[in-house]
Amino acid sequence: MKMRVLALFALMGIATTGFAAAPGKAQQIAEGEKLYKYWCSGCHGPGIGQNGAPYLPGETALRAKYKGAVPGLLHERTDLTPEFVKLFVRQGITIMPFFRKTEIDDQQFDAIAAYLTRKSKTK
Amino acid sequence: MATLPAGVSAADFNAAITKFKAAVGEKHVFTSDEDVALYRDAYSPMWGTPQELLASAAVAPDTVEQVQAIVRAANEHKIPLYPISTGKNVGYGGSAPNLHGSVVLDLKRMNRILEVDDRRGFALVEPGVAYFDLYRHIQEKKLKVWIDCPDPGWGSLIGNSLDHGVGYTFGAFRDHFGSHCGMEVVLPNGEIMRTGMGALPGSKTWQDYKYGFGPYVDGLFGQGNFGIVTKMGFWLMPEPEAYQSGYVSVPKRHDIIALVDHVNYLEHIGLIGQPNYSSPLGRTQRNEPDLRALVGKAGGPSDEELDRFGAAKGIPSWEVELQFYGPAKTVAANWEYARERIGASIPGSTFRDGHSYRFPMTDEQKAAVEHKVAVGIPAMSIFSIGARSELNPSPTDGHLWFAPIIPKTGEAILESQRAFAKVYQEFGLNVGGIFQTPATWIYRAFVMIVGMPVSRSNKEINAKSMAAFKRVVEVAAEHGWAEYRSPPAFADLVADSYSYNDHALRRFNEQLKDAVDPNGIIAAGRGGIWPRHLRGGRKA
Repeated sequence: MKMRVLALFALMGIATTGFAAAPGKAQQIAEGEKLYKYWCSGCHGPGIGQNGAPYLPGETALRAKYKGAVPGLLHERTDLTPEFVKLFVRQGITIMPFFRKTEIDDQQFDAIAAYLTRKSKTK
Repeated sequence: MATLPAGVSAADFNAAITKFKAAVGEKHVFTSDEDVALYRDAYSPMWGTPQELLASAAVAPDTVEQVQAIVRAANEHKIPLYPISTGKNVGYGGSAPNLHGSVVLDLKRMNRILEVDDRRGFALVEPGVAYFDLYRHIQEKKLKVWIDCPDPGWGSLIGNSLDHGVGYTFGAFRDHFGSHCGMEVVLPNGEIMRTGMGALPGSKTWQDYKYGFGPYVDGLFGQGNFGIVTKMGFWLMPEPEAYQSGYVSVPKRHDIIALVDHVNYLEHIGLIGQPNYSSPLGRTQRNEPDLRALVGKAGGPSDEELDRFGAAKGIPSWEVELQFYGPAKTVAANWEYARERIGASIPGSTFRDGHSYRFPMTDEQKAAVEHKVAVGIPAMSIFSIGARSELNPSPTDGHLWFAPIIPKTGEAILESQRAFAKVYQEFGLNVGGIFQTPATWIYRAFVMIVGMPVSRSNKEINAKSMAAFKRVVEVAAEHGWAEYRSPPAFADLVADSYSYNDHALRRFNEQLKDAVDPNGIIAAGRGGIWPRHLRGGRKA
């Protein structure tokens, strides 16, 4: 039955990742979540900022940039694509520097992108 | 096509790259434009100009033996190497070299925590270990020690200490180079040396006693270019029972003089950790147009005018947060003593309690701590300063840290505020000013640090910051002050201000450089020290 549903989704062109990730994909997303927490959540995770500021700097910046149009926390976004994430990881933005491949290699980047785009409506 | 190091032929460069690949594996040698671009200094004031300091390639070893093989190949082909640890020294150069065309030796993969002893209080780590990594290790093992963190926790213990980085708890631990004990170094000839007690085969005290026997050479490897540090020991603070902070406010501008003397006493006798100075009067500028007008008037306001304004509004000139660590009973008694001592001496001083914590903390308690590094928890929240926000809708693309050391006195604060403010005003930079208070990381001196803006798209901003930086270094030197740390673009300028007796110190360092690293392959230009064949290109 499950296979039939998946096949139906495939025929309809609906990405199944957000519903029930395949085992390999699920593992990649889980790995991506770990890597995201290690490399990104210091600025982009939930929590208070410097001297009790209401949010950490990444959330503060994205709230100021998008003014509520999208969530301030990246892992809650549903509009991200791997290409968009790559732009910031490899080129940085304002005071956020970019990351070298000895920090986040291509495979690890793919895992982070899989995690951040797991809820995305556009693939 | 790679940016070749000056004076190196393509044949030699390619031969060296082949040997680097043989040493570490092809995957860990980076030569494509896309990969090498990740070694640019994200905060470079020379971004996108012909002057930008770029790497030619990068090589990332995993073991000390691989570092040795790389150094030997670099010597053979005269390839300049630039070692980095985690490469996150943003504002002071990031992962880019001082010498254009150097091959970055990226030590991030060497990330082993070799030992943590919470009875003797030390850790032994490799260069790729970040403060976050050591903190997690200590928490997982439930060890009863703290680390002293710099602001961003992604930095390397080794890299930070080698750039004379600093932190936030007790003075002895805040000096990260000063609190190291023992190094392993790959010398420019590829040999491994261990310093201090580490020079004794089978030593049981490498991380307990710094000096060993004979000259203490560790200092050569901080802001220097005499070798590649592959292991380093650090002393750790015992986890205290309690933390209490308290705030002291004093009304008048010149009260800062007596206040600093009292706080110095409390700190140097061991009663407090890092004191945090600020100016309540300065903080009100945003909401007080009359104060802004007073500050902006030609020639600036006198201290008396500012005192009158503060008195009329009931706003103190200065405040300091005192931070007490230790048993709960003595922490409370020390805060009481500080109140009595300062209250009896400075008329109009006022006091209020700050934060109070007990250790160990739960995860929820840790999450609620506003200034995490003050209790040894690494964080990234410092990026709140400078990141986009409602109050800062158009952030810069980074900053250059101008970090001059001044004496630890109130007089020096007042003098340096006005001396530096004049330069910043002249260049139209919105930094510093007459309410600026010092950074207090360094145990026995103040740092009047400011971040000058940089932009990846607006070269005028960069040109202005660079011109202001050059001028303010000169002004500092005229007053007997100089920087403790510098972005690569200004290393020569800063080193040039340390010119006593016709640059005797630099001449001595370069004499050593010639002896130890005759091919000049290690971090040319770092600390303003150049190998013989490149001295003609010195920027100052």
